[in-house]
Amino acid sequence: MTVAAEGSPSIRASAGQRRPLLQSEQAKGLALISPTFLYALVLLAVPILVVIAYSFWTQHYLTIDRTFTLENYRIALTEPIYRDLLMRSLYVSLVVSICTVVLAYPIAYFISFYGGSHKSLWLFLITIPFWTSYLLRVMAWKVILGYSGVLNSGLMGLGIIDEPSTAFLYNTSAVVITLTHAWATFAILPIYVSLEKVDRTLLEAATDLGDGPVRRFLRVTLPLSMPGVISALMIVMIPTVGDYVTPRLVGGKDGVMIANAIQAQFGKAANWPLGSALSVTTMAIVTAMAGATVFILRWAARRAR
Amino acid sequence: MTAVRKMLANWLPLYAALYLGFLYLPILLLPIFSFNVSAVPKFPLTGFTFKWYESLPRTPALIDATWNSLIVGASAAVLSTILGICAARAITRYRFAGQRPISGLIMAPLVLPEIIVAVSMLLVLLQLGLSLSLFTVVLGHVLICIPYSVTVLISGFEGFDRSLEEASADLGETAFGTFRRVTLPMVAPAIISSLLCSFTISLDDFIIAFFLTGTDVTLPIYIWGQLRFAAKLPSVLALGSLLLVGSLLLLTLAEIMRRRAERRTRNAGGGVFV
Repeated sequence: MTVAAEGSPSIRASAGQRRPLLQSEQAKGLALISPTFLYALVLLAVPILVVIAYSFWTQHYLTIDRTFTLENYRIALTEPIYRDLLMRSLYVSLVVSICTVVLAYPIAYFISFYGGSHKSLWLFLITIPFWTSYLLRVMAWKVILGYSGVLNSGLMGLGIIDEPSTAFLYNTSAVVITLTHAWATFAILPIYVSLEKVDRTLLEAATDLGDGPVRRFLRVTLPLSMPGVISALMIVMIPTVGDYVTPRLVGGKDGVMIANAIQAQFGKAANWPLGSALSVTTMAIVTAMAGATVFILRWAARRAR
Repeated sequence: MTAVRKMLANWLPLYAALYLGFLYLPILLLPIFSFNVSAVPKFPLTGFTFKWYESLPRTPALIDATWNSLIVGASAAVLSTILGICAARAITRYRFAGQRPISGLIMAPLVLPEIIVAVSMLLVLLQLGLSLSLFTVVLGHVLICIPYSVTVLISGFEGFDRSLEEASADLGETAFGTFRRVTLPMVAPAIISSLLCSFTISLDDFIIAFFLTGTDVTLPIYIWGQLRFAAKLPSVLALGSLLLVGSLLLLTLAEIMRRRAERRTRNAGGGVFV
């Protein structure tokens, strides 16, 4: 019977004074979520703390020296090779997240405002590519951008170029194109959700008050959809900074990113503390970059209103 | 004023079509070249053949990798759905202190670079003295599948009419009986959809498996190994096309299930994982 009692709103409203009931709801909720919570705690939160601890230690061949040191961070931040990789990773993730969001916004807008009764079909079409193997999508871009690839043979077939260009593959722009394609879905969905929440009567009000479509978009639609834009930026920017597959397959020598260095430290080089320090540094800097982006966007949205 | 609106109405569908082209073009190239006679994937196509597909069943390493992937995928799907049910039910049914930070941690793998998740798990598992195997891959896959399971399940559990459960309890059904005879049938489509999503994610995942597997390889690891040899590319394309069709079937099924769940719980909204 208690199960039924808790559910009914009238009783919950009076539960302010009846603490045992509230506590039992508290206890039940915690008990129910605890298996999942413990799983994430043991296999995610604890491991990340361990990585942070490792980043302050030193590797001596097969043993770990556990005296506190900042040496790994000095290497991560000042050695040219790691500094360059870090800068490139941050640059790539910033460019990719901006490109993805700019390209995704009109699509989300189209689905939300002009999708009509086909909205869920559109969303389904948008999500399918995301579900296909990431490895295969990157490989497909390799096939498109390669020396004897689709783009080159196509351009030669059209007579635009005489011989295959090597400019498309194995550089940073190949990495940017591939990642922009791979993360499209992640940008469209949050923007779409926030556009759906925009109260359409506000748009009518803006029109009635004499705002043109452009002004109305800039002053009403865009600021109101800003939460979606911000979460789209975050959801693309933070994971792409640590991408491993794309730089390895299409990045070539000039497209290598920090994840490739992290992998090397945990693999062949077997320097776990340095690998840990690189991971922590990357996370810290990308979080700061994401925070700064959110701050700038919020400020801009306030100014627009 | 109307000119701008007219322009938008004309240009947005065109843009949408181009964008879909950009999304689908790379994916459609895989099947096209998998039927091509030439081993080099370029236009013009040189002829139609099934030979790349025919070579697949004769590769024992591929068969092993497929089995491994299926076992890992099924285990990860079941475990992440069970853990997802716990979390989604707790989040939609109860209100409790600490709900936000706890669900934040559970959803965190969604916004963390996968390599960070992979290396930190690797460190801890090796510290604990666990040897790397398909089991450790399953542990990792469950972790990254849970956020998707939870999202799918929450949308299945929300909007679900709680008075039905209360009626069942009032009519004398036990808590377990209510769950089995009232709750479960209503949320079954969401559960199936969560199973299919997690299975697909596990089947496609490369990074976690790359770091956490021992000598046994999963399909993406096998494909990664094959990518080094240019001559093997067409077989990989054939394999990739088969995977593509497989994923597509599973996802269509998951989407149908999700819509059925939505209709049943009369909950309008959301995409596949929003």
